[in-house]
Amino acid sequence: MTAIPSIPGFLKEPNGPIGKPVSRVDGRKKVTGDAHYAAEFTLPDLAHGFIVSSAIARGRITRIDTAAALALPGVIHVFTHENRPSLAWFDRKWKDDDAPKGAPFRPLYDAEIHHALQPVALVIAESFELARYAARLVHIEYEAAPHQTDLRANRADSFTPGKDKGGFQPPPKPRGDPEQAFLDSPVQVDAEFTQAAEYHNPMEMHATTVLHHDDGTLTVHDKTQGAQNCHTYICNVFGLAKSAVRVMSPFVGGAFGSGLRPQHQLFMAMLAATQLKRSVRVGLSRPQMFSFGHRPETIQRVALGADRDGTLRALIHEAVQESSRNENYVEIVVNWSGQQYKCDNVRLDYTLTRLDVHTPLDQRAPGAATGVTALEIAMDELAGKLGMDPLELRLRNYTETDPNTGNPFSSKELRACFQQGAERFGWAKRSPAPRSMRDGRELIGWGMAAGVWDAMQWQAAAKAVLGVDGKLGGSSATADIGTGTYTVMTQIAADVLGLPIGEVTFCLGDSSLPTAPIEGGSWTVSTVGSAVKAVCDRVRSQLVTLAGKLNDSPLKGVAEEDILFADGHLIVRNDRARRLSITDVMRGSGTLSIEEEARALPYLLARARHTFATHSAVFVEVRVDEDLGTIRVARVVSAIAAGRIINPKTARSQIQGAVVWGIGMGLEEEAFTDHTLGRVMNHDYAEYHVPVHADVPDIDVLFVEEHDDMVNALGAKGVGEIGIVGVPAAIANAIHHATGVRVRDFPITLDKVLAGLR
Amino acid sequence: MKPLSYIQVRTAREAIEAFVAAGDSARYIAGGTNLYDLMKLGIEKPAHLIDIADLDGANRIDTGGDRLFFGGAALMADVAEHPVVRDAYPVLAESLSKAASQQLRNMATVGGNLLQRTRCPYFRNGANGVYPCNKREPGSGCAAIGGLDRSQAVLGASAACNAVSPGDWPVALMAMDAAIELQGLDGTRVIPISELYRPPSRTPHLEFTIGREEIVTGISVPKTAAGRNSTYLKVRDRESYAFALVSVAAGLEMDGGTVRNARLALGGVAHKPWRDPEAEAALVGKPATPDSFRAAARVLLRDAKGHEHNSFKIDLAERAIVRALTEAAERKGAPRP
Repeated sequence: MTAIPSIPGFLKEPNGPIGKPVSRVDGRKKVTGDAHYAAEFTLPDLAHGFIVSSAIARGRITRIDTAAALALPGVIHVFTHENRPSLAWFDRKWKDDDAPKGAPFRPLYDAEIHHALQPVALVIAESFELARYAARLVHIEYEAAPHQTDLRANRADSFTPGKDKGGFQPPPKPRGDPEQAFLDSPVQVDAEFTQAAEYHNPMEMHATTVLHHDDGTLTVHDKTQGAQNCHTYICNVFGLAKSAVRVMSPFVGGAFGSGLRPQHQLFMAMLAATQLKRSVRVGLSRPQMFSFGHRPETIQRVALGADRDGTLRALIHEAVQESSRNENYVEIVVNWSGQQYKCDNVRLDYTLTRLDVHTPLDQRAPGAATGVTALEIAMDELAGKLGMDPLELRLRNYTETDPNTGNPFSSKELRACFQQGAERFGWAKRSPAPRSMRDGRELIGWGMAAGVWDAMQWQAAAKAVLGVDGKLGGSSATADIGTGTYTVMTQIAADVLGLPIGEVTFCLGDSSLPTAPIEGGSWTVSTVGSAVKAVCDRVRSQLVTLAGKLNDSPLKGVAEEDILFADGHLIVRNDRARRLSITDVMRGSGTLSIEEEARALPYLLARARHTFATHSAVFVEVRVDEDLGTIRVARVVSAIAAGRIINPKTARSQIQGAVVWGIGMGLEEEAFTDHTLGRVMNHDYAEYHVPVHADVPDIDVLFVEEHDDMVNALGAKGVGEIGIVGVPAAIANAIHHATGVRVRDFPITLDKVLAGLR
Repeated sequence: MKPLSYIQVRTAREAIEAFVAAGDSARYIAGGTNLYDLMKLGIEKPAHLIDIADLDGANRIDTGGDRLFFGGAALMADVAEHPVVRDAYPVLAESLSKAASQQLRNMATVGGNLLQRTRCPYFRNGANGVYPCNKREPGSGCAAIGGLDRSQAVLGASAACNAVSPGDWPVALMAMDAAIELQGLDGTRVIPISELYRPPSRTPHLEFTIGREEIVTGISVPKTAAGRNSTYLKVRDRESYAFALVSVAAGLEMDGGTVRNARLALGGVAHKPWRDPEAEAALVGKPATPDSFRAAARVLLRDAKGHEHNSFKIDLAERAIVRALTEAAERKGAPRP
């Protein structure tokens, strides 16, 4: 059932919805409260769970006393490692689609404590409040063991991982003689960068509601970016038949990677529901959102050597990150540095240090958000040493082929991003010297950076059902974490079949739907969108065939490629008076419905011979109070090259949201770990800072034209992640331009600037 | 589950009687923005809540006469937006409008805000003996000393506690010589705000001098020239909804270019709003210049002691004081635009 995708030329119907700023098709549901999230499903006999978190970072439980909790009327059960049922034995049964190499964490498995806030017991009660209260009465004694949570203190004890996680290739072998070339370079930059750990903390906290039906089957409402990933996981772990469980996640209140892997509240809710044979809800508290994956803490070194004309001679990028003791989470960090600029002498190194933490987890542009930041600051420092405009330096080392592989890019309009972004920002008016622009007591700084992210695609399937009434239902088991998947898939289907947006309904977030991968990596438009296009192409072909068979058909004998679909009609391209409505075709042929399913694959041959990437140029103005060191981002221009933009409205929102996060990453976000206690101390929204509205200026997003025949049948690359890449660097570069103070330790809080202003 | 009683009362007398009858496990509640939070964290465990938000007249705001008066249950938002306060006593309005978020200010009361408890992460987290805190569990120890101390005190800390008083409003009130009106079993008394706070010493869990059953029924602030030429500067890690790294309440009464009278209090640096008559005296008779402001700042900060992550606060405080006094001098009684 593999469909051969056609070339993007099909998208020529002039008034089709692709490329139009269509408002979210699920917007009304969301603002009226009609969109239901995982913790919002209920039944009269629903039981409520609350998780007890470990008080220590490493060691073992020596005693658990649940008597006081169980003595409370209304407390149903307390699950611990001592009374859990038999569960899957082999590690592979605990794996999921985003699991790195290693042994996945198993909640309530044994007495061992591997990290702070590890779930150690689950209290089930008749109400949430009772469960939460009873959780405090569970008495646990521990035998603590020494823990290590400090990356800097343990960095010497690192190792080089392999290809330990899907989507991430180990660094390429060194090319040329980078060490000697660096030494021989007349202009050098060699600097260390640190990035604090960040926890995802989407607005909606992770929660699962398991509805236990009379026939023993389960409907699982979970906060996830992959309903099928969770479905497979719980069937494997609990030994359930696939048909006995259905996982639903039609609405997700943000995730950014935190929902790529099944989180432990899913396990807990399933454990209770299967053991107690009743419906159960388990949600995490905000502090417990700091109990699992996170963007890992990172230490990097970037060394650049250049000729006096700015030509890069040597590029060395080393990164060490934290992972857990049980899994090799990798995000490689350094590879984009070998891809972004032309340089003959390159060494990229990536290592991991094991700490007593939960395994880190992909967070928006994993690896690139961190690594490109270091590279782009080093480029800014090099420009400073060369006395060259930072934009000019990037153009000097621009590459049309991927130096890591030698392959050309499928498309790369980064040059247009530089040009159009600079023009929009007014970059030409920049006064080059640091501290040379001011407004009263505010020092003004202009900084820029380039960004890059991979344009990935996996295989996915989609289904389409066209009714006799001309309404189309599409579906695929992907997710919409607030990004606009519903809307974009609706647009693609409507475009292919020439239907009004309102005549198309798209379903997702349901494990019983056609197969789709976890929703992440900015690959969903490319992956699922291609499947939707493929299946709609099949419906279209069917309609053409049916139309041609009708008596007195105005389309009789017309080839499929000469028929366009618009306004609910099949229309002869060169003779528009010859047309038939879709409903007439259906009725006339006695067809009640057309049902198709199709699978779309990446263009594997093209992918083997090209590099596929999105690019960006980010320009930032900051204002720094010269006395107090306070930093305000005043203006951002983000120019994006990401192929065809299916929906400029939702795409712009994605980029704006990512820029906001980039501001947070640059200036605010930081998990403060007390290494004596081995735990994050600022685990709530008041103390773990993300930008507030007052921190966010006008964000000007522009999409440059980028034509790409090779990326997929849509010519679209996906914009979920590119928006954050480069933003922290552009801010850091702007701060340097404003103040002359170079901060390489993220986030850049005012004390770090103040130290340089003294 | 642990039973919890809740009553609403209309007079302070009723409230106090109910409190005394309930004993140690009673707490007054008004806006609830701090108490509910601490209850969820397992730090406050009341069995009886006595709601004093609707005491008769308790939300009164009176700006007539020679003092400004704010009832203890007046909302932070209402005081912040009061036209007289906003135009004529900027330090008060700004300290409120820069605190918390609009949603919290719509609930929280100006009386309750005086008694807001510290944001020290070692106090707020770790209930049930996960790690020690002398405020949470007296005598258990302090994990913050030698721990993550970026937000901790540089003035007035003891070997038992280095937590910081989190409020903004009390800093402004301290600078403006506010008086706190309290009602207790034996009637009403008035104390200067400077007498509200206990030093942490060995008993940091004892934070305030007022009796457990006493109610903050009002706050009054004398109308002064320094109050009119005033400002509240809050330096923090983001533009809104963040606690102060350092804050400054400053007011100057000027005689031409010379300081006649100065008011200066620091927030974010100690267990209480930090004020020192000697620092203010150092300004009197001096020209309104950065040099004299800096000299006064150094007097105010002369005992400051930084630790691993918070030494920057001392330098920042000096800079913030210079900025705040400069702004106060520039105001010269002119209503804010």
